[in-house]
Amino acid sequence: MGDRPVMPRTAPSATSVRAASVDIYAPQWRNFIFVAPFLFFFTTLLLVPLLWGMWLSFHKADTFSSGNFVGLGNYIRLFHDKEFLQSVWNTFYFVLLTVPTLALIGLFLALCLNRRTRTAAVLRTLFFSSSVLSVTIVTLIWRIVFIPNVGLLSTIYGWFGSTAPAFISDPSLAMIGIAIATVWWCIGLPMMLFLSALQQIPQDIYEAAALDNANRWQTLRSITLPSIKRTFILVVIVQIVLQFQLFGQAWLMTRGGPNNLTKPIVLYIYDTAFRRWDLGMGAAASEILFILILIAAMAQYLVTRNKADRT
Amino acid sequence: MRAPAISIKGRAFGDRVLLALVILLSVIMIAPVLWVIGLSLKENAELMANPNSVFQAPYTLKNYINTIGTSSVFVWVFNSIIVSGGLTLGTLILSSLAGYGFARLNFPGRNILFVIVLFGLAVPEQAVLVARHQIFSMLNFHNTYHGLILPGLSASFGVFLMTQYFKAIPKELDEAAMLDNASRFRIFWKVLLPLTVPAQATLGIFTFLGAWNDYLWPLISATKKDMYTLTVGMASTQTNFAQSEGIGFLMAQAVFAGAPILIVYLFFQKYIVTAVSGAAVR
Repeated sequence: MGDRPVMPRTAPSATSVRAASVDIYAPQWRNFIFVAPFLFFFTTLLLVPLLWGMWLSFHKADTFSSGNFVGLGNYIRLFHDKEFLQSVWNTFYFVLLTVPTLALIGLFLALCLNRRTRTAAVLRTLFFSSSVLSVTIVTLIWRIVFIPNVGLLSTIYGWFGSTAPAFISDPSLAMIGIAIATVWWCIGLPMMLFLSALQQIPQDIYEAAALDNANRWQTLRSITLPSIKRTFILVVIVQIVLQFQLFGQAWLMTRGGPNNLTKPIVLYIYDTAFRRWDLGMGAAASEILFILILIAAMAQYLVTRNKADRT
Repeated sequence: MRAPAISIKGRAFGDRVLLALVILLSVIMIAPVLWVIGLSLKENAELMANPNSVFQAPYTLKNYINTIGTSSVFVWVFNSIIVSGGLTLGTLILSSLAGYGFARLNFPGRNILFVIVLFGLAVPEQAVLVARHQIFSMLNFHNTYHGLILPGLSASFGVFLMTQYFKAIPKELDEAAMLDNASRFRIFWKVLLPLTVPAQATLGIFTFLGAWNDYLWPLISATKKDMYTLTVGMASTQTNFAQSEGIGFLMAQAVFAGAPILIVYLFFQKYIVTAVSGAAVR
């Protein structure tokens, strides 16, 4: 383990010419002790379960025994399982409902609230506040909005003498109801990401535009929007990754019903692995979700990396 | 400099449309919460007879008294505090040590290890859920506090954040301390750590909030009622909804659970927004 020969430093700091500082940055095994505690938990609780999950997905397994090797059996069963295919479709449908809505409303709010007034600050606080609530509280609130008779929606419709749409029980509306609750819950993050992008646009470009008598629409189209194009892509990808993981809202608002029409992939995994205890099949479904999310994460990496290259 | 008069008029009109839209969105944000608070202050029987009674007196605190009288709520809050607090403390310790290690020290395989840790950011909880549950079953970790705390300690985000933060501190500080013959740990503990307090606050609040609101893992791991966290416990009471203890009671519970976190948010807003945005963009 002793001292290794002094190696050329990867990032030499030009200012330090002291001989002592050369030794400081030489690789040494004992320095490992600082990262060892985290790496222990990282390995045992993330890497091992990740590999174990892949291994499980090729086996027929229940809680305490990891049974027989079935090869791609679980995956083949999955793709013949109508319920699973439905859950994949449901997840994509949900992403399609929420992500564009979140990105557009978030952008709209950021554009309106990007000013130094007290009202704008209060409204920013308001629109982000729902993000700190737990999924349990959010679904409780929205179920009480949608519930027939005592619900807020049916009360408002009642004032006009009509009946509110049944956002939870109507098969064609249930997912939209979940999407509304989700947008309400998640709107803070896209707004904040857009706001921080807007604040990075140099102010002198706007002053130049004002001198050229550009109206607000022109300024928005030719200065603001092009400057935050990358942030827009980023927000979309971040939201795709987040919304792909839909679980709590669907489980608590509709239990995946009616007719599994609001059952997303994570709920399918939960049902299969922890209610039917078919762990192999549940693991296989979670590998498919992992691949889908990994694709989106790769896209995010590429977008952020290009940004770093440019500056 | 000034735009022509017509444009100013158009601007005023456009402003009014935008303002109206923002107000509408604000109402959509607030109205459900006010409705919930209103319901929580009403007798159940009165609500069932006429939902519009929310807008009239009499109001009552009975639902809140019932909520507080239900001892399980306090057990769940207590569990949530232990789990979120334990996870936050653990994350701060592990991330600070590892962040210092990755940012300042060299050891064989450092760069490849850091890349592997970064890869951890892309792994969603669901991808490891099934295997983790099986491992925890074998170790008898379910329905324990450490069973609820441990999975969160494997998250890479804190290490990533702290590494960035340590890298931003001038190296001359370490080198000066090094000349005084201070040990690595002493430099970390006495010189650098005090400078990372803002990052610790951001990471700490973010971790606490995430753990407090976590639903999926506690739902799977804590199956005994006295080990429920607040999110899981509250979810368990809302299953029977209208039939159960009455809507007002459930709403009082929601307010009881939501209010503290909203108050914390108002105080630490800056840190929370920084942390949440930082975690999303990485």
